Amino acid sequence: MAALGRAALLLSFGLVLYALVAGTLAAWQRRRRLALSAQNALIAAFGSTVVAALVLWSALARSDFSFTYVAEHTSRALPLGYRLAALWSGQEGSLLLWLLILTGYSALAVWLNRRTRDLVVWVVPVLAGVASFFVFMLCFISSPFRTAAAPGDGAGMVPSLQNPYMLAHPPLLYLGYVGLSIPFAFAMGALLSRRTDERWIVVTRRWTLAAWTFLGVGQLLGSHWAYVEIGWGGYYAWDPVENAALMPWLAATAFLHSVMIQEKRGMLKVWNMVLVALAFCLSIFGTFLTRSGVINSIHSFSQSPLGGWFLGFIVVCVIFSVGLIYLRLPLLRTKTKLESLVSREATFLYNNLLLVALCLTILWGVVYPLLTQAVTGETRSVSKPYYNFFLHSFGLPLLLLMGIGPLVAWRRASLRALGKTFVVPAVAAVVTGSVLIALGYGSSTPGLLAYTFGAFVAASIVLEFVRGTRARRALSGGSWPAALAELVGRNRRRYGGYLVHASILMLAIGIAGSSAYQTVRERGLHPGQSMNVAGYVLTYQRLEQRQESNAVATRAVVDVSRGGSHVTTLHPGKNWYPVEQMPSNEVSIYHDPRNIGDLFTIADQIDAKSHTLFLKVLVKPLVNLIWAAGFLFVFGALVAMWPDAVEQRRLAERYAPGAAAA
Amino acid sequence: MTIALALAALLAVLAVAFVARPFLREPEPVSDRLDELSDLERRRLELSEERDRALAALKELEFDNRTGKVSDEDYRELVGPLRRRAAETLRALEPRAGARHERISTTR
Repeated sequence: MAALGRAALLLSFGLVLYALVAGTLAAWQRRRRLALSAQNALIAAFGSTVVAALVLWSALARSDFSFTYVAEHTSRALPLGYRLAALWSGQEGSLLLWLLILTGYSALAVWLNRRTRDLVVWVVPVLAGVASFFVFMLCFISSPFRTAAAPGDGAGMVPSLQNPYMLAHPPLLYLGYVGLSIPFAFAMGALLSRRTDERWIVVTRRWTLAAWTFLGVGQLLGSHWAYVEIGWGGYYAWDPVENAALMPWLAATAFLHSVMIQEKRGMLKVWNMVLVALAFCLSIFGTFLTRSGVINSIHSFSQSPLGGWFLGFIVVCVIFSVGLIYLRLPLLRTKTKLESLVSREATFLYNNLLLVALCLTILWGVVYPLLTQAVTGETRSVSKPYYNFFLHSFGLPLLLLMGIGPLVAWRRASLRALGKTFVVPAVAAVVTGSVLIALGYGSSTPGLLAYTFGAFVAASIVLEFVRGTRARRALSGGSWPAALAELVGRNRRRYGGYLVHASILMLAIGIAGSSAYQTVRERGLHPGQSMNVAGYVLTYQRLEQRQESNAVATRAVVDVSRGGSHVTTLHPGKNWYPVEQMPSNEVSIYHDPRNIGDLFTIADQIDAKSHTLFLKVLVKPLVNLIWAAGFLFVFGALVAMWPDAVEQRRLAERYAPGAAAA
Repeated sequence: MTIALALAALLAVLAVAFVARPFLREPEPVSDRLDELSDLERRRLELSEERDRALAALKELEFDNRTGKVSDEDYRELVGPLRRRAAETLRALEPRAGARHERISTTR
């Protein structure tokens, strides 16, 4: 069946090339049937890519080791779920997933907007251009359908990938990465068709929000995966490949905010185009980092021939975007100007500057070692203090702005009004800061500032809901819950956005608590010995060993007590994977509801002969707020994305065919 | 191998038929010209966006005033230019309504 997979990919290649050439010609010469035909080619490319993906999935499910890809990434002992997930555990398969999602998104976007022909006609060749690159790589550089004589068993999967998160984290990240292609294509399509009105923004609003949500959730799941699986006690290591996902997310966050200024005030048209292009180029850059092998990371694949191709494609994308924006500058000029530096749009602008500054400093941290190595041959790395410095410098003001923004009116705000709206959040912040200092939490300045600003933001969000509900109730009457529902229903984007802000606040508090105020202890223990960590007493009892389907598991039995009473029994240990000939750390965690934190244990070393255990213990207060924030994040994003019937009607009237010409 | 190739050929035929569909459905169309916004339509669209922006801003200002984010004084100062802008765009869009009315009248 490998031949079918190869043929399906070649067909996809032919179809996207046709969509690129015929689509460009149709848009250039304004030929309607050719434009429709190019659209159909893009939709058909999704169908043939689905066939290619099904062929590979089927080979993975059947453990058909005549497929080199299947033999290199799976084994017979691997459970079915992981065998299917192996589609994205290797380089060729993950490129196929990229293409599958891209053609799927493209087909859906083109079909949903088939009536906006003058815009879509240019979107088709842009999307086809991006797809052409990926399908070319799959057909001619890195094929998942190479075959060889089947070995008796496969090489298996890297142990750290054998985790349920493997089933969700990579596809979600890809849905995010690839999703950013749609706003990019519509933005470039708008420039090419000279339609610099808001149509492209209206069309891509939900696409951007969905891609941004997928990217955010994907990263959060990846962090949790690292936390429970990698076994070093952290959740984010500023690994270049982790940063690769964070950068486009930050650029997309900036875009989601600045695009509101364009919608409300008709400003920042050029800036929005730049942000969309930046987010897309960074998503390709992120893919380059993981696929090229230029970075040594748990995420990246081995050295491969893809690096040069990806680099070339990024250069083409940057030149294309910058050149097009430059050419269309006269169409993007706006008459509206910022009226005051103290206004909602000004806070959005500050937020944008901080987000982009943070994004670019992270980019420099990722690129610098690569450049140094390329130029001087020396291996250098940018370490945690660099990133932490900029996270504190830009992240803390961003946190504060998240509270200030909603309190400031559009256009301009007077000091009198500001004084009125700021008083409650300011008091909440001052009281929180003072109490924390009195309780001895002043040991970490960034931690203290994060909590203090956090109190300001929390009060500001609560106030927004309370004042809004009160005003809505005064207008329409009814109960408080009904007024709240009406308030949110009438402006889902705003209040959904506040819920997302609340989730980011939870995330910030969780990060501050679990990093600035964590306790770490490590020592060797013999059976019966104990150690004290932050009020917990951990007593090592014995070692246990058991055979699992794909590994041999060794576990230490550790009793945990506090204040003389038994709390729980933890089982940190190690797994040995015989097929892969690799060990893995298996951490054991107690979730403490008292401080919403974790007691995190790692069996650093186990001496099976002397039964000695080198136990590392971390107490991480508030860490579970980080994971809980994910649920609120998704809920807030869904509220913001949910269609608004009134707005839909207004937009339908505005863009109805012939409405403007009537 | 043979089945795989037959399936691949079938897939290719289906794809080509789908791609050729617009030409097969309309072998000799009355017009093959793609719709394009005229300068007038672009101007109308611009005005519609401006109108929606001004009306939304008015609504927002009203609500911000009710929630205390905008003081009464600021409200009075800001509402005038916004109303004027909304009225201007509505007026600029009015001929369209008139033209439509005229056209409807003549067709009856």
